[in-house]
Amino acid sequence: MHIPDGFLDLRTAATAAALAATGVAVALRELRRHLPPRRVPLVGLSAAFIFAAQMLNFPVAAGTSGHLVGGVLVAALLGPAAAVVVMTAVLVLQCLMFADGGVTALGANILNMGIVAPAAGYAIFAATRRLGGGSLRATLLATGFAAWCSIVIAALACAAELAASGTVAWSQALPAMCGVHMLIGFGEAVISMLIIAVVARARPELLTAGAAPHIAQRATLAYGLLATLGLVAFLAPVASSMPDGLERVAERLGFAGRAVADRAAPFQDYSVGVWPADSAMLSLVVAGCIGALAAFAAAWSLARMLAPAAARPARR
Amino acid sequence: MQRGLLSPYRHATSVVHALPAGAKLGVALACILLLVMLPRTAWLAYLGVALGLLAVAIASRVPLRQLLLRLALMEPFVLGVALLALLGPDGTRVFAGMLVKSTLCLGVMVLLTATTRFSDLLAVLWRLRVPALLVTTLALMHRYVFVLLEEMERMRRARRSRTFRADRVAAWRGSAQVAGQLFIRTSERAERVYLAMCARGWKHG
Repeated sequence: MHIPDGFLDLRTAATAAALAATGVAVALRELRRHLPPRRVPLVGLSAAFIFAAQMLNFPVAAGTSGHLVGGVLVAALLGPAAAVVVMTAVLVLQCLMFADGGVTALGANILNMGIVAPAAGYAIFAATRRLGGGSLRATLLATGFAAWCSIVIAALACAAELAASGTVAWSQALPAMCGVHMLIGFGEAVISMLIIAVVARARPELLTAGAAPHIAQRATLAYGLLATLGLVAFLAPVASSMPDGLERVAERLGFAGRAVADRAAPFQDYSVGVWPADSAMLSLVVAGCIGALAAFAAAWSLARMLAPAAARPARR
Repeated sequence: MQRGLLSPYRHATSVVHALPAGAKLGVALACILLLVMLPRTAWLAYLGVALGLLAVAIASRVPLRQLLLRLALMEPFVLGVALLALLGPDGTRVFAGMLVKSTLCLGVMVLLTATTRFSDLLAVLWRLRVPALLVTTLALMHRYVFVLLEEMERMRRARRSRTFRADRVAAWRGSAQVAGQLFIRTSERAERVYLAMCARGWKHG
């Protein structure tokens, strides 16, 4: 999902960079206020940990393998503000040292994977966990579901940025990116849940840091808002402050409508069979809802398997 | 993954290595910005940039083979995103233009990182008044990423030498076990690092 140089136009890159800088600044301010000095090295080393963990291969099928992204994992372990800084550091190192992700696209990459994914993921994690009662099983379920959502949302933001740059057409970028990442999200969910289960079994006290009461409320709200803002700026051209961008994307959407009529083939895989295929967006939304339900069900059954009722600790 | 592949810096004594890191970073960023702003079909300009890169690469005295190897390692990521463009209207031309443009940008970054130490780049960020917490995080991350990778490799080796089953479920559980243990060890190491930093007079903020 790392966008290389040359795929975003300057306006999109600059907008994304401004949003990313705001998000990182908010996270840094939050950390300066609430992070005890004792935990400063943990933030740095956690970034190294995520980098290392991303190199672990999880075999999928036929020689291919998946790997962790880690936004929700680190948010569940350290809290959302630390997660934003950790993911930002990982992305900066990947960009500067390994040329993975472009320099001009760094802002967009940080926005997608460093801010939108952990922040939106953490909001979903915290909400699901509270609904589930805060038990280990609820934590696992929340981790899995939030991990899936974070990948899909980040892919959505990535596709929106590519489309806003005119690199790819909306009608192709959205279904292609979302479809692929709905599958990748399952891998991310299972990996994150397995790792949380290992940590919970060996050192349960490490899990409490991410759910400290003072982070849970205000910051979740702030990050939820920020993530929504980031998505809205790119996804809903109507709400965009750039009239020029609005015009272009509208034209593009108009084109998208025609493209659907001309060749419906690319949508066959993603549209839901019983739905009339005249509205690609609608069928994408429906497919997304079905995917989310499937992810929730999968996370729920895996959580039941990993945390049997007998071993479930009392409510915190 | 080999450590040599991971750390992009290649030491040599050359004019390019001796230039101040800030200047190199500035020129590289300007180069990339220029490349991004060029129209997709400015083939002559692309050729010029490519020749310029080649000249700098030769002046840096880093073996060309190593630079090309790094470039080739990174190319699949560019290809992956570029393939999306093939779906669009006028796909092949957009695809070719973007591929050339992105590859040249990659080349600039490969050259920069091959001739500049990461710690020097961090010092530049520090001078540019990037928030201290972010620079500290980056510095600690860069310092410990190789330590943690080696620790992870040791755990994987130990696990491989003790497990005989290799089905997929076992592989996933094994990898997750390694990652989970690695986080536990990371947090323990962070405690020790904190004490060591305090002992050397580190002040927060």
